[in-house]
Amino acid sequence: MRLFFAQFRRDLLVAVRSRSDAANPLAFFVLASVLLGLGAGAALAPGIIWVLALFANVLAVEGVFRRDHDDGTLEQLLIHAQPLFPAVMGKLAAHWALSGLPVAVLSPVAAVMLTGTTTGVWVLMLTLCIGTPALTLLGAIGSALTVATGRGGLLVAILVLPFYVPVLIFGASASTAAMLGDPVAFQLLALAALLAASVTAAPFAVGKALAISQEY
Amino acid sequence: MGWIKTTFHKTGSPRWFFTGARSWVVGLYVFGALLIVVGSTWGLGFVPPERLQGNSVRILFIHAPAAHLAEAIYVAIAIAGFVFLVWRMKMADMLIQAAAPIGFVVTVLALATGIIWGIPTWGTGWVWDARTVSTLLLAFLFFGLVALRQAIGREDRASRAVALLALVGVINIPIIKYSVEWFTTLHQPPSIVIGEKPAIAPVFLVPLAVNVLGFYCFVAGVVIAALRARIVEREAGTQWLRDWISKS
Amino acid sequence: MEHDLLVAENIRCTVGDRVLFDELSFSARAGDLVEIRGPNGSGKSTLLRCLVGLHEPDAGDVRRPVDGLYVGHRSGICGRMTPIENLRWLAGITDSNADDGSIEGALGRVGLDDARHDVCDSLSAGQQRRVSLARLLVSAAPLWILDEPLTALDDDGRDLVGNLLARHRAIGGAAVCATHQTLPTAPEVTRTVTLGS
Repeated sequence: MRLFFAQFRRDLLVAVRSRSDAANPLAFFVLASVLLGLGAGAALAPGIIWVLALFANVLAVEGVFRRDHDDGTLEQLLIHAQPLFPAVMGKLAAHWALSGLPVAVLSPVAAVMLTGTTTGVWVLMLTLCIGTPALTLLGAIGSALTVATGRGGLLVAILVLPFYVPVLIFGASASTAAMLGDPVAFQLLALAALLAASVTAAPFAVGKALAISQEY
Repeated sequence: MGWIKTTFHKTGSPRWFFTGARSWVVGLYVFGALLIVVGSTWGLGFVPPERLQGNSVRILFIHAPAAHLAEAIYVAIAIAGFVFLVWRMKMADMLIQAAAPIGFVVTVLALATGIIWGIPTWGTGWVWDARTVSTLLLAFLFFGLVALRQAIGREDRASRAVALLALVGVINIPIIKYSVEWFTTLHQPPSIVIGEKPAIAPVFLVPLAVNVLGFYCFVAGVVIAALRARIVEREAGTQWLRDWISKS
Repeated sequence: MEHDLLVAENIRCTVGDRVLFDELSFSARAGDLVEIRGPNGSGKSTLLRCLVGLHEPDAGDVRRPVDGLYVGHRSGICGRMTPIENLRWLAGITDSNADDGSIEGALGRVGLDDARHDVCDSLSAGQQRRVSLARLLVSAAPLWILDEPLTALDDDGRDLVGNLLARHRAIGGAAVCATHQTLPTAPEVTRTVTLGS
């Protein structure tokens, strides 16, 4: 736990110092919502908001290890953090708190803008709160695999978007069902299961991928 | 149990594999091609048209083996990835490198034949059917393996990253399949159910089995041939390869 | 053998087809300074990364029964944080129980008293190097693995590295150091490993 908080605090601090980096995912989400509203008009499915959140997520997570790799703090972390698991979790938790969480919190606004109804916006927000941390964990695997290449971007998107599909399916489906007034319990449970699986398995894959990336 | 260990070590030696596998390539090509010719002729020429789908059902004899094989190749790659990460066996990595693009091509073949089959039977080339979507995602997983290796460039580092990605992929495939299945059974228009699960009559089954086996053998031959090409590439500087070349 | 802080046994590293080194063995005990020499590209950095566990050698064993600190080409210092915050983070992820007092003391000893509340991005290359060196003082790890520690340092900084090394060895530490320059050390280098010959 000490490792988790040491890393969590540090990454929040670094993110707050580089304000624009931290605000980018949220800005992207809002801007993309506005563009969609302009381009496709209102009365869209809430699933579209899930897709936007997903893109915001992959754009943000793509660079989560880049700065640390460049300045060498990543190799220090690999050398000293024993075990690596809590440190990776701390890092990703800080990342999510400033990328996924604000998007989830703001999603009801986007939903009202794009779908024209307030029905089900709280379920949408809840699915994003459960779903986006799973996305961050999965995306971090792709980010870690490519960190030493110096070119993440589209490559990370191609690597991890197939892994995002289950989360998208249950998240979008729950949001749509909620808007129609249908039951959503099953989808929410499925999302929670996906999150639990990601929390237990993904940090190990991330740690392994980071170790590989630092080999000469 | 000694022979298992010996086989493991021998297969792990590029030299042993390279010299030994040559006859296997020829054998698998010939046997596989023979089976495919027999199975396809049988399926295209001698099987009665299907009651609902007519003659269009015959593309099944290409489509089903390709779809089946695509998944088998990914599983093989993931197993090789595990072997490489645990034992650092160079041959396992070369297998991944050789099989990933082939897997991509086979998956695309499965998708293409699926679309061609879908147009007359479903009335549309593309439906959000569970198997269609997961096969498409499988194509992207193969693509990712190739793209990641190219992006990293440095061979030794790329090998382990790609092996890890393959492992992560194989864990995700069942989850993806399950979720897509759940999604499509919820949303699928009922008309498609006819094409969804054709109860296969025995007249179809035998030539299909022949073709599946033929595809497996032939593609195994292609993979081994590609693997030998990788060996030549990577072991270019070694003495045994020079000796082998000057001998033949 | 129980006093060995580091043992490298028959290690081998390759890059593609090229063998950087093979059958390389050496050890470091309390008070030792092992110097790694060799031309560019001879594998000095790779060797050090093997020793610290970042790189797995193709063959052979590295045994490191004690904690090791590594100062590499990359500073390991985050530019968005101040020197104090950087060292605090490092103390948090290592088992060090350094408090703010000892961190400030360490920064004072490397000559960064005035800069300790500036973000590291605003420091010069030499000052950032000094922050990296301050890491050595914050932790009690008995083994130092240093990659070109003199880079970007002025004469005063070179003397500082010399003093740090001398003191570290006097209290029972050991260091492995890759460098092109002559190390400013009072007790002579214990052992020199030459690569690429």
